[in-house]
Amino acid sequence: MENLTLEGSAKTPAVSFNASSGTLELKGRSIPENSVEFYKPLNDWIDSYATSPKTETIVDIKLEYFNTSSSKCILDLFKQLEGLNGNGTNVKVNWYFEEDDEDMEEAGEDYQAIINLPFSMIEVEEI
Amino acid sequence: MSLKNIFDLYQTMEKDNTMLSFKGVITSDLLTSVLQIMESKLAYVEKSPKTKKKVYNVLVECLQNLYHHNEEISSSEGLDFLFSKSALLMISKNANHYEVKTGNYVSRTKSKELKQKLDEINAMDKDALRELYKSVLADGELSSKGTAGLGMIDIARKSGNKLEYDFMTIDKDYDFFCLNVKID
Repeated sequence: MENLTLEGSAKTPAVSFNASSGTLELKGRSIPENSVEFYKPLNDWIDSYATSPKTETIVDIKLEYFNTSSSKCILDLFKQLEGLNGNGTNVKVNWYFEEDDEDMEEAGEDYQAIINLPFSMIEVEEI
Repeated sequence: MSLKNIFDLYQTMEKDNTMLSFKGVITSDLLTSVLQIMESKLAYVEKSPKTKKKVYNVLVECLQNLYHHNEEISSSEGLDFLFSKSALLMISKNANHYEVKTGNYVSRTKSKELKQKLDEINAMDKDALRELYKSVLADGELSSKGTAGLGMIDIARKSGNKLEYDFMTIDKDYDFFCLNVKID
C-alpha cells in the first residue's frame, strides 16, 4: 500500500506514515480550526494499514503543541491503534516532548491513562 | 471619532503595553496572520520557551473560540447597528504577566451556560482541572464545527490563574462577553 506523506504547515503537522516499515510519525504543530478534516485521511490510511500491518507498529508523536480540537482527533487516532494492537501487530507509542515542557509531558501522560497501549515518554532538547 | 480620540486611544494602548489589538471579523486567514505576528513578537520579547508556548496556546484557543462562537446576531430592539460578527482581541505584556483579552456578543442562553462553566472552572485547582480535561477528552464528542468543549478548561490550565470575565447586558436577548486571561 502507499505511504502517507504530508508536509507540515503553519497549522498542521508533518505526517509520515510508512506501511513498509510500520512507522507512523506526526511532527510539528496541530492547530487547525476544524481538525476533523485534517485527521480523516490519517484515520482512513490506518484502516487500510490494518488489513496487513507489520508485526511491529511504531507511532512517533513529536508535537510542539496542539489545540483542543486536535486533542480529540489524536485520541481517536490512538483508539484506532488500540483496536489494531494484538491483531497481527504490536503497537508502541513514543511520545516526544521538549525539555521543561510540562504541559506536553502531562498531555502524553493523560493519553497514556486513557489508552491501553504501551507509551514511552521521551524528553528531547528540541522537537 | 474626533482626532483627539486617536491620541487617547494610542495612550491607553501604550499605558496597557498592548502588543496587538484587533477589532473585526475573525476569519481563518486573520487567525493565521495574528498567530504569525504574535509568534515572531513572542520570539523577540520572551526568553522562556515555556511561557512562550503557554501564551501562544492560550491565544490559539481564544482566537478559535471567537472564530467558532461568534454568531451573526440581530437585535429585536432595533439595535442592529451595534451588532456584527466582529469581536475584540487584545494582547498585552506587563512586568510579570501577559494578558489576553477578548470581547464578543453571545446570546443570553449561551451566556448562562458559559457563566456556569467558567464558575465551575474557577472553583477548581490545577489537579481538578486536569481531571476534568481528561474526562471531557475521554467521553466528549466533537461538534460539527470541530469543537471539543475543552477550550476554556485548557485556557485555565495554561493560564494558571482564575479566568476574569463579565457579561454586559445589551438587550433582552444578547450580552457582550468580556474575558481576561492572565498568564504568569
